[in-house]
Formats: sequence, C-alpha cells, structure tokens
Amino acid sequence: MDFNDTPEEAKFRADARAFLAANCSPKGSDKERLSRRLSTDEYVKAAKAYQKKKAEAGFAGITWAKEQGGRALPPIYAVIFNQEEGKFDAPSQPFAIGLGMCVPTVIAFSDDATKERYVAKALRGDEIWCQLFSEPGAGSDVAASKTKAVRDGDDWVINGQKVWTTGAQFSDFGIVLVRTNPDVEKHKGLTMFIVDMKAPGVDVRPIHQASGGREFNEVYFTDVRVSDKARLGEPGMGWNVALVTLMNERLAVGGSTGPDYAEIFELARNMPGPSGQGTLAQDEAFRQKLADWIVKAEGYKLSKFRTMTALSRGQTPGPESSIGKVINANHLMDICNTAIESMDHYGIINDGELAPMEAAFHQGYMWAPGLRIAGGTDEILKNIIAERVLGLPQDVRVDKGVAFKRSAERALKCPLRRAARAGRALAQAMADVG
Amino acid sequence: MNFDFSDDQKSLKDEARKFLTDKAGAKVTRGVLNDAAISYDQSLWKAVAEMGWLGAAIPEEHGGLGLGRLELCVLAEELGRAVAPIPFSSSVYFFAEALMLAGSDAQKAAHLPKVASGETIGCFALSEAPGAPTPASIQAKFDGATLNGVKIPVTDGDVAGWAVVVAKEGAGVSLVLVDLNQAGVTRETLKTLDPTRGHAKLAFKNAKAERLGAAGQGWELSEAVLDRAAVLLAFEQVGGSQACLEMSVDYAKNRYAFSRQIGSFQAIKHKLADMYVAIEVARSNAYYGAWALSTEAAELPFAAAASRAAASDAYYLCAKENIQTHGGMGFTWEVDCHLFYRRAKLLALQAGGPAAWKENS
Repeated sequence: MDFNDTPEEAKFRADARAFLAANCSPKGSDKERLSRRLSTDEYVKAAKAYQKKKAEAGFAGITWAKEQGGRALPPIYAVIFNQEEGKFDAPSQPFAIGLGMCVPTVIAFSDDATKERYVAKALRGDEIWCQLFSEPGAGSDVAASKTKAVRDGDDWVINGQKVWTTGAQFSDFGIVLVRTNPDVEKHKGLTMFIVDMKAPGVDVRPIHQASGGREFNEVYFTDVRVSDKARLGEPGMGWNVALVTLMNERLAVGGSTGPDYAEIFELARNMPGPSGQGTLAQDEAFRQKLADWIVKAEGYKLSKFRTMTALSRGQTPGPESSIGKVINANHLMDICNTAIESMDHYGIINDGELAPMEAAFHQGYMWAPGLRIAGGTDEILKNIIAERVLGLPQDVRVDKGVAFKRSAERALKCPLRRAARAGRALAQAMADVG
Repeated sequence: MNFDFSDDQKSLKDEARKFLTDKAGAKVTRGVLNDAAISYDQSLWKAVAEMGWLGAAIPEEHGGLGLGRLELCVLAEELGRAVAPIPFSSSVYFFAEALMLAGSDAQKAAHLPKVASGETIGCFALSEAPGAPTPASIQAKFDGATLNGVKIPVTDGDVAGWAVVVAKEGAGVSLVLVDLNQAGVTRETLKTLDPTRGHAKLAFKNAKAERLGAAGQGWELSEAVLDRAAVLLAFEQVGGSQACLEMSVDYAKNRYAFSRQIGSFQAIKHKLADMYVAIEVARSNAYYGAWALSTEAAELPFAAAASRAAASDAYYLCAKENIQTHGGMGFTWEVDCHLFYRRAKLLALQAGGPAAWKENS
C-alpha cells in the first residue's frame, strides 16, 4: 500500500498540471466568475474546444484502448487527471455523460464500423452524447420503460417519452432504452439503440426544476426511425446493456458537487458563533460536525481510490461503488443547510452579490434534493448495497414472471398529470399491441 | 392537566382550514412565486383581514377580536399548512406583539387598529449581517429622534408601512418605531430562497423615529418579541410539516414502482414514520410553547426555544423527504414540494437560526 504517486504517476500529474495551466483558468479566479455568465451555446462551444485540446494532448480517453484513441493507462491515471482538472475551471461537464457512460457502452456493444463512426468524434469533442433511460413512469424502476420501438424493415420506429435527460438540448446522439417486446417480463423485452438527437420526431423540452434552473429535459419521440445497425446488443438484451451504463453513472454522479468541508470551514472562520462569543469555527458543536464532514469526505475519497486500485488490477467495479451517491448528496445538503442556518436571518438571502461565498451554499441547498434522486435514489442505492453487496434476500417481486403489458396495468393509477398522460399513452400503446 | 385545544379552538381551526382551502393554497402561493413584481397576495391579505385574523390576539379596545394567543396559534398552523404568501407573521407575530409588549397607550391606539384591519403592514428589523446578532453587533443608531443605519434582511420589509427596529441608543439598545414611507428610508428588494415572501434591505438616513419601550431595554424586549414569535412560527412550521407528510402519504399510496405502491416499501414507510414522529415531537413542544405564551408563564423562553428547535428540525426533515418521496417529480417546479422546502428555510431563519435557539434552550 502506498498513497504517494509512483515516479510515472508523478510525471503524469506534472504533465496534466502543465496542460491545465496552459488551457484553463484556476478556480476562484475572475476569469472563472466571468465564465459562469456564459450562455449555454457559448459554454458548449468552449467545452468542445477544450475537449479537442484534451484529445490532442492525450488527456481524453486516458483509460481507453489505443485502438479507440485512448492511452490504455490504468484507471489511477484518470483519477490523477480528474484531481488536477478539479482545481481548474475546466468546461468538461457537457462531455461527462457521453464519454463517461454512453460511448463506453457503444464501445462494449457495437461492431467496428459503428465504433469508427462515433468514438473518435466524441473523444475529439466534435459530438456530444446524452443518455435516455428515465421515464415519467419508470424512474427507480427503469426496467419499466414504456417508450417502444417497433421493427419496420431494416429500421425500428420509436415512440414515447424520456425524462431527466441531461444535455439533450445540445447533444448530437443519445443511447435510448426502449421496449421492443411487451409480451415478456419487463427486463427481457428491452433493447438499446443509438439515436440521432437531430432526427425528425425528436422533440427536446427543458424541465423547469424545483431549483429554478433548466438543466434537464424531457425528450419526446414521435415515429423516430433508427436503423437496425444502431442497435446496441441483441434485441431483448437492453437491460444488460443498461446495467453497464448505470454502474458507470453511479460512479460518475458520485463526484464532487458543490461546497464541502473546506468551504464551510472558511465560512465559519468569518461568522459569529451561535452564542455570540467568538467565531463559528470556535464553537464546539460546529467543530464536532466539521470533524464528521472531514472524516466522511476523506473516507469517501479514499474508498474511491480503493475502487480504482481494484480497477487497475483488472477487476470490475462492484456495487460497493454505490456508497458514493449515498454519501455525497446528503453530505452536500447537510453542509449547505448548516452553513445557511449559521448565517442566521441573513441566510435567507440567495444573491451571489450579497450572500457569503457567492451564494454557493444556497445553490447547493436547492440542488442537493435533485442529487439525492438523480442516477438512483438513496433508497434504491441502499437496496443495491443490501441485496448485492450484503447478500440480503430481495424484496418480493410482484411482477416476476408477468408479461410487461400485464404488470404495467397497475402503473396506470399514477397521481400526477404528467404521469397520467404517460398512462394514457401506455393504454393506447397496449391497445395498439392488442 | 389539559394539554389540548378547546372545542371552540378546534372549530376555529376547521373554519380556518376551510377558508384557506378555498382562498389560499399552492395556486395562490405560486401566483406570488411566478410574479417577480409582487411579494404577497393582496386579495388573500384582504380576505384574512376581513376574517379578523390579523387582530385575533389584539384587544377589542384596539380594534381586534380580543381572543387569546391560543387562537392565534391555531390560525398560524393553518397559515403554515397553506404556505400562505402574506406578511402575516411580520405584521402579527412580530410588529403587533412588540407593540402590545412595549408600546405606550398612544402607540397602541395609533397602530394596533390599523394592523388589525390590514391597513398597516408591520415588520421587525433586527439582522444587519451574516451570523446571530448580539447587543454589541448592532450598528443601527437611534439618537432619541432619528435613526441611521442598515437592516438586512427584513422579512416583508418591501411591503411594510411601519417597522420596529432594534437600534443602538447611547451605550444600550432600544426598540424604535419607524414609518417606512418617509424620505429618510430607502428600500432594496432582495432575492431570497423563498420568493413567496418579500424581503428588503432597509437603509435609514436621519429617518424620523420614536422609541418603543424604555431606552436601553431594547435587547431584552427584542428577545421577548422573538420568544413570542418563535412559538407562533413553530405552529406555522408544524402546519407546513403536516402538509408535507400528507402529500407524501398520498403520493406513496398512488405512485407505483416495481408494480407496487411505493408506500408498500419499508424504505418509504420508515421515512414517512420518521416524519410523523418529528412532527409529533414538534407539535407537543409547540403546545407547551402555546401554553407558556398564553399564560405569560416564566417558562416561556425555554418553551419558545424548544418549540423553535423542534419545529425547525421537523419542517426541514419533512420538506426534504417530501421531495425525496416524490422522486424526480418532486424536483420539478410544477410540483409543490419546493414551495415547502423554501418556506421551511425562511421560517427556520426568520426569528434567528436554530443553532442560536438551541444554545438558548
């Protein structure tokens, strides 16, 4: 065991740092503040240019095979690059999902011609990808997806609706999970396709989130044609394909997301304590909490290194990597809530010009509830830990052995308007199927 | 021992619920949320005034209904449940309570009838900077006739006509009463976590002002006002928490995942049971606070702190877990969960953050 870089790793880290210093501004700089005011179009343009530079310098696809344009380095090198990149205002976000989840899925499940068409362009920053899994009636239960694809000659025709699609508004391609056979159990009737997001019949609409932002989208499919060549994996094997993508999502979503213990410690050094004596940083109750946050954040970070070590030995990342998501969202929410409450009445002010630390804690407070849900809710991830890591018996599966179109009838009783709409669409779909 | 509200008080609660179901609710709150130009709903404010609620605890001689604080607690719970977008707490729990606690007969006669009728919206201005204020941290200055300084944030300060301001006077602290519609006062509207209520930065430059209560007694009076407001806010928080729990229970019964109602999963059951437990703990502490408030008991400072700590924790828990129970839908603007999540934070901060109250209790 050695927590220090090997000479090779240290050299790589120095190279990465030099590349980043030459191409990005450090966090907290005036330039970073300006970059936050970019429009989405401008940001995406900057992200594409940055991704291109990364690829040219050999910092894209660090772990990917050489024939895919990667460097075939062990995963620890990707960790090192991410650590260094995290210190800079690098516009890498638009590519996170595509290169982290979608394209690796494409690589794993498609033929050489398909890989040739898509992989290099994604890596070089020419094309952006999104992931289309969740639906109004299929969130935690992703395998209950109702969006359907029907075979028509050499093509498939997709109809339905996906939701919570990050980056759909500026993506070129997506991977979409659809039902191709409603007459078998839900997990067995799914198929994954590559879909052109600019194709006729694809309608992207932003979702107005509880936080006020509009980062996610609903995506409607109306008679969208995809070639059978765009299929990833065999028909009916879509669930297995999705699992590969989802495990990557849980690794990716678990990353750094907002202010952490260092930020609240900085805040506390400038904030009066609750007793009116000294600073908050001198308050005993606060210090105990701070210690808990440090231990948790560092423990999570170190656990990730252990996962990476396992990866670098050629082992597959297991469901234990789910702990990141369980820790991070609640950690963020707790830190932001404590920070806001420590500001007393002033804490209600959510204005970057007036609130401490440019309202970073307020943004985190409004964002964290979404993070607890995105990419697998706390409850689902705890079930994964309980069932797949600890080996506890599975919950009773009432839809086991039941054809999807029968089990889906129950879901028609959805309480919300949007869900009801999806329910009506499903009823129509079931009528169509006969 | 009788640790419950009377039948009359319960029927007042039923009436209030019916009234607010009809006149308030998410649609009205959203009207304020979605319109940056307004920070309260005027027709709801008028309707609440016509019901006499603004003067529920104000004596009849000053234009109120002359009911007790227990009746006000009952109304507070219902207003909290409805996430009512009106300056009720500022005007009634803070401004009117400060006047009743410290005002001269002339001051009471001049202002309480207008508070009761809704003609005057009052507010309470204490905070000046991040962190819990202390007598030493107060910078606003009163010289016996004029007020100088800045208060930020002032809840409902953008729509209020009058303010009770905590200010330094000589070596001590006094409460002062200020007309906000005068040349010496400038207001700046603030962006906050809860846009369904107004907030302002108030700047005073040689603003005409008069003392409320004795000179140098301002800090003690301010703490006494906060104790009263804390109990009433606790009822709003309990009402909001209860609404979150009911939304969650309803959704958990109707939303299906894995071909089952999500409420049939223990992960959800236990979550909702935790919310229930937190609410009952908060409710019982709030009842104790209500008793202490209505009887002017010596235990009020402790009861207020306990009410506030329990209710702030309960509302935060219920509001965030209500979003969680609703899953992705709960994180959309169109579903009401975030109205409660936003209001929960305002109510936890409006009379000072929970940490300072826990320190006091």
